[in-house]
Amino acid sequence: MIPAPHIEIEGLTVHYGAKPALRGVSFTVQRNEILAIIGPAQSGKTTLLRCLNRTLDHERHARVTGVIKVDNEDIRRTNNVYDLRRRIGMVAPLPVGLPLTIYDNVAFAPRMAGITDRAELEQRVERCLRQAALWDEVKDRLHTLGTKLSGGQQQRLTIARALSHDPEILCLDEFSIAIDPVTTMRIEDVLKELRARMTILLVTNLVQQARRLADRTAFLFNGELVELDATEKIFSETPRDRRTYDYTHGVFG
Amino acid sequence: MNAPTPNIFAATPLARKKQRREQLARAVFFTMALLLVVPLVLIVTYLVVQAWPVLSWEFLTTNPKRGMRAGGIWSALLGTFYLVGFSLLVAAPIGILAAVYLNEYAKDNWFTRIVNLAVINLAAVPSIVHALFGLGAFVIFFGLGKSILAASLTLAIMTMPVIIASTKEALAAVPQSFREACWNVGATRWQTIRHVVLPNSISGILTGVILQVSRAAGETAPIMFTGAVFFKAIEEGNLFAYGLRDQCMALSMHLFTISTQVPDVPHGLPFATAVVLLGTVLFINALAIILRVWLRSRKKW
Repeated sequence: MIPAPHIEIEGLTVHYGAKPALRGVSFTVQRNEILAIIGPAQSGKTTLLRCLNRTLDHERHARVTGVIKVDNEDIRRTNNVYDLRRRIGMVAPLPVGLPLTIYDNVAFAPRMAGITDRAELEQRVERCLRQAALWDEVKDRLHTLGTKLSGGQQQRLTIARALSHDPEILCLDEFSIAIDPVTTMRIEDVLKELRARMTILLVTNLVQQARRLADRTAFLFNGELVELDATEKIFSETPRDRRTYDYTHGVFG
Repeated sequence: MNAPTPNIFAATPLARKKQRREQLARAVFFTMALLLVVPLVLIVTYLVVQAWPVLSWEFLTTNPKRGMRAGGIWSALLGTFYLVGFSLLVAAPIGILAAVYLNEYAKDNWFTRIVNLAVINLAAVPSIVHALFGLGAFVIFFGLGKSILAASLTLAIMTMPVIIASTKEALAAVPQSFREACWNVGATRWQTIRHVVLPNSISGILTGVILQVSRAAGETAPIMFTGAVFFKAIEEGNLFAYGLRDQCMALSMHLFTISTQVPDVPHGLPFATAVVLLGTVLFINALAIILRVWLRSRKKW
């Protein structure tokens, strides 16, 4: 028996004004799966993630149709969008250190969710910073400004923040473009551990990264889901769609 | 043999031209800055020199005497504090909170656009028009009579649009990515505003409010019809000498009367009044700046 999918997307279409960003995308993601999403710029990858946590609602000109279900619940109809977002961790391509201390950056989400117990907060902050491979570098200056960290450190801080509210789905939007290769590898190791506890959507431009991590890979092109298959199949010599081959082998783009 | 290496840093004609332009640009900007400062320094120096013989603690704390030809400016000074204070008490909270709504919550629809347009237009209305509005609305329609209350409300109406506009600017200067980062972890809009947007825009907001203090203290027209009087003696040294329904004197108006309406005023008196008005505004600004520095140090930012 196939277990119920964790995320189910059905006919998702997004327009910015008259311009389509996603055209009828449908796919499912299994629990504890790492799904890589690849595709050239403007193919709708980020829009897809922003639909999932409904931050696209804040975009004035975006129109969304279609169904997104998480645990069989239609998230586009839920009234409690804040609860939804707490179930999803989101990491943007460029690091966003809030102008708070390192500690407060990570403790922000738990505090907003109502956790006030000092010991629990401290424990969470340490755990998330360790998972983001940042703890050793900042443990002695947790109460200095997060915005003073280097770009790579800030990105890891962002990852720690995305983990701080115990999400069941983690979305990473090209998380490694601001990080050096060694740190990238360390975080990739962390992702492999985390998949036991969460479902991971990994938007990436690094073909090798998708290969190393993903169970399955989706290829988005021009807002259209061209192909979604086992990662080996996508990167093989014989994916089902010609355009996938062209993209993964650098024939166009 | 070593041939002399060509000096790669030798000035080419192009480099020389660029350097000349750089110097020219610098000189122009410097001159403009100087043109800005020199008149200011001259005016202030002239004022202070002319006012010096008259200025004293007694000047500040006694009422005008002998048909304003002698004595101090106590009732006008206190009146100005009352007017500015109460108008800010009304205009700042309403203006700031309205701006937060307009910038953080309001959707971009026809209603918001009309409100924004109204704010901008209201900010451009001459103060004499506000004065007539205040006379019609507060003094007559709401029956407040000519009073500190009516005059403060008129000043508040006058300063509020500018406070709204400057607060919106300050809020818009907070990067959108901060808000998105907060929303991404499930923070509500209010939590985002309270913990990230406001702490990072408070100094800009205060700057906008401070500028309106100076404006409210300096305006004559709006208070002339709504609460300020030619002359009024109050108990000297009592900070609570005015009631809200009383009429009051004000520095700006007092300056106007003694320089144009009263014959045979001693030469130093108007200058001293001007210096006190200037000093009052600077004093309030200084307080706000201290508050701003304190807020910043608390946010470690």
